[in-house]
Amino acid sequence: MSQTIGTQSIQFDQAPYILGSASIVGTKEGEGPLGKLFDVVGEDDKFGEDTWEEAESTLQKEAASLAIGKAGLEKDDIRYIFGGDLLGQNIATTFGLMELNIPLFGLYGACSTAGESLSIAAMSVAAGYGEQVLAVTSSHFASAEKQFRFPLEYANQRPLSATWTVTGSGAFIVGKKRTNVRITGITTGKVVDYGVKDSMNMGAAMAPAACDTISQNLMDFNRQPQDYDKIITGDLGTVGQEILFDLMKKKGFDISNVHMDCGIEIFDSESQNTNAGGSGCGCSAVTLSAYILPQLEKGTWKRVLFVPTGALLSTVSFNEGQSVPGIAHGVVIEHAG
Amino acid sequence: MDYVNAFWIGGLICALVQILMEKTKMLPGRIMVLLVCSGAVLGALQIYQPFQEFAGAGASVPLLGFGNTLWKGIQKAVDSDGFIGIFMGGFTASAVGISAALVFGYLASVIFQPKMKK
Repeated sequence: MSQTIGTQSIQFDQAPYILGSASIVGTKEGEGPLGKLFDVVGEDDKFGEDTWEEAESTLQKEAASLAIGKAGLEKDDIRYIFGGDLLGQNIATTFGLMELNIPLFGLYGACSTAGESLSIAAMSVAAGYGEQVLAVTSSHFASAEKQFRFPLEYANQRPLSATWTVTGSGAFIVGKKRTNVRITGITTGKVVDYGVKDSMNMGAAMAPAACDTISQNLMDFNRQPQDYDKIITGDLGTVGQEILFDLMKKKGFDISNVHMDCGIEIFDSESQNTNAGGSGCGCSAVTLSAYILPQLEKGTWKRVLFVPTGALLSTVSFNEGQSVPGIAHGVVIEHAG
Repeated sequence: MDYVNAFWIGGLICALVQILMEKTKMLPGRIMVLLVCSGAVLGALQIYQPFQEFAGAGASVPLLGFGNTLWKGIQKAVDSDGFIGIFMGGFTASAVGISAALVFGYLASVIFQPKMKK
């Protein structure tokens, strides 16, 4: 029987389970409101390496290894890795995961990669292409600033609408073995472009994509926002959250009661000077692993829609005057009691 | 009195630019180019020189002053060497500043490592 429903979604007949996960973050995230929940908080944001890029690779390697260990597996048990980061040509993933010697699909969905990798991991397992697969993503404040804005040596000022890239990596083992948490469906996002041209205001660029994916998910699964305990976006921040509420209202859905944004949760913007909130593909990944999955395991939440959002720009497209399109990938995660 | 004038004029220029950074969507590079060009234009209009005599380092140190220096150098070189001075004067006049920035920038990069922002 076909498992596709609606126009952009899949409802799995045999929903794969999340066997284990790991989160590793930098010092600033460790000092934030979720600080105590993360598996590892680095003592130094270079994680013992010489460059920021190598530091991000190390983050990803450690998160992957830790997740494999927490799931009680060996690395030979992992059939595929679906990994990605924010750097050009995915170098954090390439250099970080090389040593693991596991077949790899490198993914790029900007900050939405956590959702993209989990979607494809769930599809692979549900289709029988692997007993256990790994989804891992990372971001690092210093390497992302260099990639997308200015190197830290330049010491530029940050506008209030700018988000703070999270230093961190989250890894997830998706497999067939029964646990308390399963991925029951996905809604794959489309590229949505509202013509936002401000690279310092990613929330505004990504909110329309989040709205598109969330409303499509509700229509495809024939659900209302209240059918989810939480609808969790990745890194819209405070600015993007307001825009998302407005856009959803226009489509006839009020999600303000159930909405949560990882970027808003991960930092205390008042005391940590992070302006609009956290961002990066590490942001949603570590929040999912450290905060959201435990709630689902305990059954505090029965069903959530996890929607990491990404801004699909490069410095080349941006400097050539192109707008900043957004994308968002929805993953339905449920408590399996 | 020289110090006082240098202090408040320099501070005023920085404050105006800070407003540009906060209230417009202009990226830092564009603001810097705007400052240099404005300085050169104000120099050409014979406005910047008297202003600089009044404010001293308060007017010569910010980027506006760099634009004025470029203009003055070109003017001087055109007077003495003619057409070729257009390509010569700007760099001659700003040589000390540019070379010092390169040398000190290099030295700083040798001694210090970049750190995370707080």
